[in-house]
Amino acid sequence: MSTAAQTVKPVMPARHYLNDNYGIRSWLLTKDHKRIAVLYLFSITFFFFIGGIFASLIRLHLLTPNGELFQADTYNKMFTMHGVNMIFFFLIPSVPAVLGNFIIPIMVGAKDLAFPKINLMSWYIFMVGAFFSLYAMVSGGVDTGWTFYTPLSSGFVHTNVIVMAVGILFAGFSSIFTGLNFIVTVHRMRAPGLTWGRLPLMVWANYAASLIMILGTPVLAITLILLALERGFHIGIFDPKLGGDPVLFQHMFWFYSHPAVYIMILPGMGVISEIVTCFSRKRVFGYAFVAFSSIAIAVFGFVVWAHHMFVAGISVYSAMVFSLLSYAVAIPSAVKVFNWTATMYKGSVKLDTPMLYALGFIGLFTIGGLTGLFLAALGLDVHIHDTYFVIAHFHYVMVGGMVMAYLGGLHFWWPKMTGKLYPEPVAKLAALITFIGFNLTFFPQFILGYMGMPRRYAMYSPEFQVLNVLSSAGASILAVGFILPALYFTWSLKYGEVAGDNPYKATGLEWQTTSPPPTHNFDVTPVVTEDPYHYGAEEEVTVVP
Amino acid sequence: MSHSPTTIPEHHPALVHQFDSMEQQREASTFGMWVFLLTEIMMFGGLFAAYLIYRIKYYDAFVAGSTSIDVTWGFVNTLVLIGSSLTMALAVSAAQRGARRGAQLFIVLTMILGTVFLGIKGIEYHQKYVEHHIPGGIFGRFDAVSNYPGQEPNIAEEVAKEKERVEKLSPEAAEQASKQIAKQTEIFFCFYFAMTGLHALHMIIGLILMTWLLVQVQRLNIGPEYYTPVELSGLYWHFVDIVWIYLFPLLYLINRTHAK
Repeated sequence: MSTAAQTVKPVMPARHYLNDNYGIRSWLLTKDHKRIAVLYLFSITFFFFIGGIFASLIRLHLLTPNGELFQADTYNKMFTMHGVNMIFFFLIPSVPAVLGNFIIPIMVGAKDLAFPKINLMSWYIFMVGAFFSLYAMVSGGVDTGWTFYTPLSSGFVHTNVIVMAVGILFAGFSSIFTGLNFIVTVHRMRAPGLTWGRLPLMVWANYAASLIMILGTPVLAITLILLALERGFHIGIFDPKLGGDPVLFQHMFWFYSHPAVYIMILPGMGVISEIVTCFSRKRVFGYAFVAFSSIAIAVFGFVVWAHHMFVAGISVYSAMVFSLLSYAVAIPSAVKVFNWTATMYKGSVKLDTPMLYALGFIGLFTIGGLTGLFLAALGLDVHIHDTYFVIAHFHYVMVGGMVMAYLGGLHFWWPKMTGKLYPEPVAKLAALITFIGFNLTFFPQFILGYMGMPRRYAMYSPEFQVLNVLSSAGASILAVGFILPALYFTWSLKYGEVAGDNPYKATGLEWQTTSPPPTHNFDVTPVVTEDPYHYGAEEEVTVVP
Repeated sequence: MSHSPTTIPEHHPALVHQFDSMEQQREASTFGMWVFLLTEIMMFGGLFAAYLIYRIKYYDAFVAGSTSIDVTWGFVNTLVLIGSSLTMALAVSAAQRGARRGAQLFIVLTMILGTVFLGIKGIEYHQKYVEHHIPGGIFGRFDAVSNYPGQEPNIAEEVAKEKERVEKLSPEAAEQASKQIAKQTEIFFCFYFAMTGLHALHMIIGLILMTWLLVQVQRLNIGPEYYTPVELSGLYWHFVDIVWIYLFPLLYLINRTHAK
């Protein structure tokens, strides 16, 4: 079988979604979920690098204790815009709107998402939000931190809070529409034979994330509207001077923004489930547990928001309840990590690039998740709240977890999206550089935070300098790890080898159609007769002849 | 779309390419609308929760604010909206039977009732404007004292007087309380305008939807096998009505009998 595969060189299919028609109109007015995914890919890559530039400037500034690069208020703008960009315009749309948009309709055997026009509209709404956010950035920036805490944001700062809030509002509606589309598609458009118990785990994970998108995002929308009303009309909703309650803002903000971190991480977990099974050549260990842990994370995610507010003056009893519930989130998260590890156990693990990213994810997410438990502990949180410990924890989950998963997924499905293979040795090197750079950047921040270096300060005590220099050095390595994929992916579009329909011999409907897929995904509506990830069975068949 | 092996012999013109059958399309569209309404519930829910928290916190001020708005107009509007829900339901049922003229008639009736509702809302907003009860600084300073002849007297002062009588406050403390209540009443009006404003915005979107629907009923072959646009607009319209059914008691009917 393998010799046969080598002798017959794969060729590109004659017609696929990329050459179906040409011209700018065919892209800007497309209703094809695959093309919309590509539109999203370009948009969020742009924002990733903008956010990255802010991050680099922050790390440069923090090389010296006195911060020679910026004034303190410029520094405030830097970290605010880094956060807003990365969270609302990169992390939230990353896996769902790019990889999910591309792969989920194919995974469920549908010709498209349920509402293609709404899908296109969601991209336009996203771009309108992006425009507002960019305008806010170039016309003076925002310096409240990405959390927009009142009354600072509503009454004190003189920067573009309202414009930025409008931008985030639009980005939020775009993610609502994406989530709505996913939910309806998964419910109503599965191929014959594709029962809920046979859905790929990527679909389960995105389904869970979509639930959070549709239930959480509207609350953020109304919170931002109230914030804008207070700021614009001087009405006391959150400002205590006007009779309002600033803690209410935090409650409403975190009601969305805590579940939002699960919008960011859950789809990444779905990607990891796909990669780990494929490169271990094994069925996933405990399918139902992995699938339902996604739903459990989504549900628990909605009842833990006040763990961001332990020192904000909430009552001890509610703090205790929220602390306990926060620990509960660790259970489904741990189920996933254990099951991925058990899947790899005695599998034929192949260390290709996507698998390297997946392994990175599992390790870094574990560190990020466990340090989350430190922060959920009431006593310890008082000590490390608002320090670099929190920064390190969040970046271990979001960069070490989500960005790793996104890059892993992008490598995994790149042959499917473009029909071309990326250069494997360079890609492996980039994965390694990312892993090393990441740890060098963020591990010192755990120690810094534990030693007491507060977040969001433009200056720090001289004794923290060694660790800060280490962190900044790591950031420069990390930047190389992120720029490399952008270069070799672009390179592969023209010079990459033709991938063939199924370069990894993976299971799943997306590998049964051509690479790149035709516009309507399948020439014949597929019928599903097997459970997902039937890798064991496939291997037997290959060995026997 | 020759590639689909399960091609239906009769291809309804309204069937879009990603669905296999009209039934699947109808189910997906209806389900999508319900999911969308769920997000709407969460959006209004955030506002309702914030309102309820302040209502508990500043009960006296909220009673004062609530009694100063005109319950008669609110009640009339409730009837108008319930009426529009009926005509909407009749429009859906006419569309299901394929009675296109009837569906259009009922849609027009629904639009008329919707416009009446917005008109009455406009009258109420104007009243608030005249009374200087619009919070914030844009339409003149918020003033708890009513300058409008024949209208309610200073609501904050009245509540403070009541407090003075019940809690036996000193005159200075009563004046302080009056100032505070005035400020808190402004919060009530902020929520009043935010909630009814967001609701009115949904009504306006609904009216635009109805205008589009009138054309659709004519253009598409609305009938027993395809009436999804009418059904979905109906779902949306009923949802907006239900929001008002909650808004009316929350805003207009707080402890009204007790305060009078």
